[in-house]
Amino acid sequence: QIQSSIFNQRKAHSPGHVCKNILHVPVSGLLFGPWFLCRNEDLKEMLESNKESLKLEAMKRIVGLIAKGKNASELFPAVVKNVASKNIELKKLVYVYLVRYAEEQQDLALLSISTFQRALKDPNQLIRASALRVLSSIRVPIIVPIMMLAIKEAATDLSPYVRKTAAHAIQKLYSLDPDQKEHLIEVIEKLLKDKSTLVAGSVVMAFEEVCPDRIDLIHKNYRKLCNLLVDVEEWGQVVIIHMLTRYARTQFVSPWREDAVFDENSAKAFYDSEEERRVDQSKPYIMDPDHRLLLRNTKPLLQSRNTAVVMAVSQLYWHLAPKHELSIITKSLVRLLRSHREVQYIVLQNIATMSIQRKGMFEPFMKSFYVRSTDATHIKTLKLEILTNLANEANISTILREFQTYVKSQDKAFAAATIQAIGCCATNISEVTDTCLNGLVLLLSNRDETVVAESVVVIKKLLQTQPSQHSDIIKHMAKLFDNITVPMARASILWLMGEYCEHVPKIAPDVLRKMAKTFTDEEDIVKLQIVNLAAKLYLTNSKQTKLLTQYILNLGKYDQNYDIRDRTRFIRQLIVPNEKSGALSKYARRILMAPKPAPVLQSAFKDRDRFQLGTLSHTLNSQASGYLELSDWPAVAPDQSVRNVEVVEPVRLPCIYLQKNGNAVKVESRSESESGSESSSSESSSESGSELDSDSDSGTDQKKNTKPKPVQSKPFDAVSWPVCVSLQASSPVFVPETSHELLHRMTGKGLSAQYRFTRQPCIYGNSMVSLQLTLSNSTDQALENIHISEKSSTGQNIHRFNAIERLEPQASVTVSMGVDFNDSTQAANFQLCTKEDEFSVSIQPAVGELLLPITMSEADFTKEQGKLVGMNESSATITMTPENVSSQSVNRKVVSVANLGVIPSGQENIYRFSGKTVSSGSLVLVSVVLKDPDAVITINTEKTVMGSMLLRQVKTALTNSGP
Amino acid sequence: MIHSLFLINASGDIFLEKHWKSVVSRSVCDYFFEALERATEPENVPPVIPTPHHYLINVLRHRIYFVAVIQSEVPPLFVIEFLHRVVDTFQDYFGVCTEAAIKDNVVVVYELLEEMLDNGFPLATESNILKELIKPPTILRTVVNTITGSTNVGEQLPTGQLSVVPWRRTGVKYTNNEAYFDVVEEIDAIIDKSGSTITAEIQGVIDACVKLTGMPDLTLSFMNPRLLDDVSFHPCVRFKRWEAERILSFIPPDGNFRLLSYHVSSQNLVAIPVYVKHNISFREGSSQGRFELTLGPKQTMGKAVESVLVSSQLPRGVLNANLNPSQGTYTFDPVTKLLSWDVGKINPQKLPSLKGSMSLQTGASKPDENPTINIQFKIQQLAISGLKVNRLDMYGEKYKPFKGIKYMTKAGKFQNDCHLLVIQKIAG
Repeated sequence: QIQSSIFNQRKAHSPGHVCKNILHVPVSGLLFGPWFLCRNEDLKEMLESNKESLKLEAMKRIVGLIAKGKNASELFPAVVKNVASKNIELKKLVYVYLVRYAEEQQDLALLSISTFQRALKDPNQLIRASALRVLSSIRVPIIVPIMMLAIKEAATDLSPYVRKTAAHAIQKLYSLDPDQKEHLIEVIEKLLKDKSTLVAGSVVMAFEEVCPDRIDLIHKNYRKLCNLLVDVEEWGQVVIIHMLTRYARTQFVSPWREDAVFDENSAKAFYDSEEERRVDQSKPYIMDPDHRLLLRNTKPLLQSRNTAVVMAVSQLYWHLAPKHELSIITKSLVRLLRSHREVQYIVLQNIATMSIQRKGMFEPFMKSFYVRSTDATHIKTLKLEILTNLANEANISTILREFQTYVKSQDKAFAAATIQAIGCCATNISEVTDTCLNGLVLLLSNRDETVVAESVVVIKKLLQTQPSQHSDIIKHMAKLFDNITVPMARASILWLMGEYCEHVPKIAPDVLRKMAKTFTDEEDIVKLQIVNLAAKLYLTNSKQTKLLTQYILNLGKYDQNYDIRDRTRFIRQLIVPNEKSGALSKYARRILMAPKPAPVLQSAFKDRDRFQLGTLSHTLNSQASGYLELSDWPAVAPDQSVRNVEVVEPVRLPCIYLQKNGNAVKVESRSESESGSESSSSESSSESGSELDSDSDSGTDQKKNTKPKPVQSKPFDAVSWPVCVSLQASSPVFVPETSHELLHRMTGKGLSAQYRFTRQPCIYGNSMVSLQLTLSNSTDQALENIHISEKSSTGQNIHRFNAIERLEPQASVTVSMGVDFNDSTQAANFQLCTKEDEFSVSIQPAVGELLLPITMSEADFTKEQGKLVGMNESSATITMTPENVSSQSVNRKVVSVANLGVIPSGQENIYRFSGKTVSSGSLVLVSVVLKDPDAVITINTEKTVMGSMLLRQVKTALTNSGP
Repeated sequence: MIHSLFLINASGDIFLEKHWKSVVSRSVCDYFFEALERATEPENVPPVIPTPHHYLINVLRHRIYFVAVIQSEVPPLFVIEFLHRVVDTFQDYFGVCTEAAIKDNVVVVYELLEEMLDNGFPLATESNILKELIKPPTILRTVVNTITGSTNVGEQLPTGQLSVVPWRRTGVKYTNNEAYFDVVEEIDAIIDKSGSTITAEIQGVIDACVKLTGMPDLTLSFMNPRLLDDVSFHPCVRFKRWEAERILSFIPPDGNFRLLSYHVSSQNLVAIPVYVKHNISFREGSSQGRFELTLGPKQTMGKAVESVLVSSQLPRGVLNANLNPSQGTYTFDPVTKLLSWDVGKINPQKLPSLKGSMSLQTGASKPDENPTINIQFKIQQLAISGLKVNRLDMYGEKYKPFKGIKYMTKAGKFQNDCHLLVIQKIAG
């Protein structure tokens, strides 16, 4: 081994280096011989040199050694020193080396850990991610706590790429130390909430590996995963689809009821009649909308170029869809048959399983399963299997004609398999049994031995089903017997003779006579059948065969094979009565001549459907390790409200969007919408901005003032808000999607602008209202340098968006800005400028947008309300339209008018809302008391002007019918 | 998921190994070698081989076995598809995917494999992303790198990795903006001895080579989109748009990619562009057989049939063949009994023919297998299904790109490197 490795190393080695280093060989290298040591010394020296290029060259050679499977672990100390190299290629190669050998050299590997810990804080997301990748791949148990910490931190990283790496690291840590399971599940739970398509696949993979039984973690994310699915990368899609298949089988009721009626619109009836359904089983089946969502969102993926995705969707439909919808997967599966040989193999296996249960699905595509002479043998046999499964009365003649050409194939194993298939068709379809039998008899005169042998075996099986009508076939076979040499075939014929000797009373003894002559030259399997035949004939026709039988039994008695000796002894005791044989011989006839059930020729794929389709276990037809059972449908669907998600609407943080012709070329928005991550958004927007137009220098000033910081900035702190009472600010209950016109494209010479209120605390200043501005260019030239002029015409303090260097024609961009309206509805006027023009625009806020929601308890609310009476209180009585009376509609109407928080109310007809003004932070309390048919609206706030304006708006909202 | 990968050449040597989790000893490949021994042909090795502790999933391409080691349940197609993607990537990087190319570029191969999988789960498989991370080796770059000391490895996360169009890198710039589309159709047919078609189907692809600056948004429309029976798309194609308007709308990846593959069903009449007249006979009791074969064009819209190659597996009893081609050259391998005739271009005025005699083993009886005849050919400037591209429009960028469309019809079954089966004529 060493010799050959030395030889290989020498070949890769430049002669110059060898010569130089021979001089440095220490004489002490006795153990391995000078060459081996020399080699490593050489590489070591190169690694320790000051030249980057030499180091790199050394690492490349070492990687070459690793790739060949040679041991390079000796160099560990020299390599690990370079882990902090500035040269990124060198560093990567060192990583490759580390991951390969760290497990063997645990102590030395620890030297590199601090480098990775430092790299985890690097501003470059690629470096952070690769540090985590390597750190988690070093399988050294001692660093488990460090890994755990790194994973937890990376799971909240701003970069989705790093979070994806964290999801992968979860599985690595789990396999290293399963005791960390509980902590890891927490991280998985957090990452499952991630909205990035990049993370989704990886975290579901981690889920499947670490805690596949924690189905409860999926509930809240189910709809999100369904909706994201199309945009997830293809490998993630496969994993998610398999997981959702399993999930759906535990959560929804079976759509396969005989009398199923598919009406999804009457979902309401479904909810109401839960009790009834249990009583009345004939109630029509209605599919859960979530079940439908899954089927609908996976369907487009059948068109994927990735065969694994197509197969995953197909198995999902097979296991989850109502039977009548299954047909859509057929075409896609047949398409996969034109892919690589290995893909065909797997797909054909799955089709074979499907075709047993549902012939109709693939029957129109029968010709796709015709065998080609260039197919590999395993593909051919699978195609035969499928053709056999598809055979029915209508198409059998076509299939048999096709089979006839296969029998002539030069691939004899395949020809034999075809004969088996013909036998299968013959038993399955009684109409053609005779035709098949005749065809097989014709094959008996075939020149090829294997074909004949296989035919005999199949004929034997067929005859067993109806022997009485076919004595002429048995006779024919007896005639052919002398020409057949394949043992299995000879044995089969002999068995047939014995079994049906009463149908051929004249021939059978003659055959036995011939066999007695050749007994000693036969194979064991034939000998056994000769003994059998002799015994049966002795019982039915002892007159003619008595002596022959005894002769054969004597031959058998001294046979070399103990099986044959045993059998002979047994048969002799059974059929030849003597004083020792006892009671058994009385039953000899019943034992030997008992009617035997015909063998059932059935597909090898008969029971494969116990495994989920598309899995490894299905392919192997045995349970692979880590296989997750697909559960049966529950009789009664579990509570479906668990999948409801409270957040009404994901809110996008200010962030740049590019839109071209409405064909959403979105640049990933890192919109974590939940309160808490707001403060980091300036960073993320600048980051995505710089990534976007890296070729122009538009982002330069952004880059300057907000250098991306790897360390998380401190989370948004509610206490720092100037709220007069210690109340918690909360996220908005509702964010309207409507945007308002700021600048029409006609007045703006092609530049149009729209704004909308995000209802989020503004990141630019505590007293500002946050706005989102969408600018679009409808001219046919690019607009340059779009910005807000420095001089503001009114007193408002405005935080301007960064100038947009260039806006391409038909493109649009979304930016964010903040305006301090100073708690008044006075319009903010400013100048929107391009390179050439200036346009005066104004933003007139509705009073409801000048508020931020807060939460407080009901008791606090009443206490605060008690303080704000007199001139601080304004109220009105209105007549409610009946459709507005429900609690949902009151809540919805109020929060759509004003950015207020809803206070959970103990009384049924009193609704309370609270908020504070953005600039001064004064409390605004709204209550609506329903007194059928009237309602009293009360607003308490120090800002009386705002109070009365708000009152008017709430009044209109509640009196208006409609949404 | 994928534990390790072994690359094994035709003579059964493991010439590369890569592990993504703990190291799996290469002795696991012994199970593969056993299967290889049992298989009569290289193609007959079963793609999935169970062993006591692992499962081996292999694909065979370019006469190299890519053997992946799996330890637990995983969809087998997932692994197979990934392995094929690895081969495609190598081909993309090195031009060819041979043992020599892999050995020469072992460092790049290792870097690629490292990026493509993390912990056995695919991380980056888009060619555009990989090329930003690891630049393909070229002679020029190697020279420049040795002088300047720069590396082939990117320092920034590829922009595609984070965007919703991961297949396209940003900041693409070309001086000549071009978009070429090749419509390639393969016709696949089985014809019985009387000349009637048993099955015929057309399998088409549209391969694109797009070199456009910036973020172009293309739409491609067809004159007759209803022809396409079943389609699969590159992820860039907007499925909704296709469903609604039968228009391909997409932001293309940079460089070469397969935009679409489609299938024209056998329900539509498929025109077979060539015909074969044949007479192969053996006389009982004689050691001679007669062989006659004539080819002719049929329904080719006046386009020339080129690169015609006829091959046939003659019965085992045939010792030798003494034939006379009217054009081209023929070879007969007495060991494999494979007759192949390189015809070249078919001239409709003077149809190519191959005539002569075959000598049979003396005393052997008349062979009963019917030889099949496989034909390969190419027709330029013709899509046999009649598919026509209507127009290509570009939005989102200002410049005028150069657009080109090429049609071609081929005979063939697989894009695989296995032997091509084309028209199978059952003679006799």
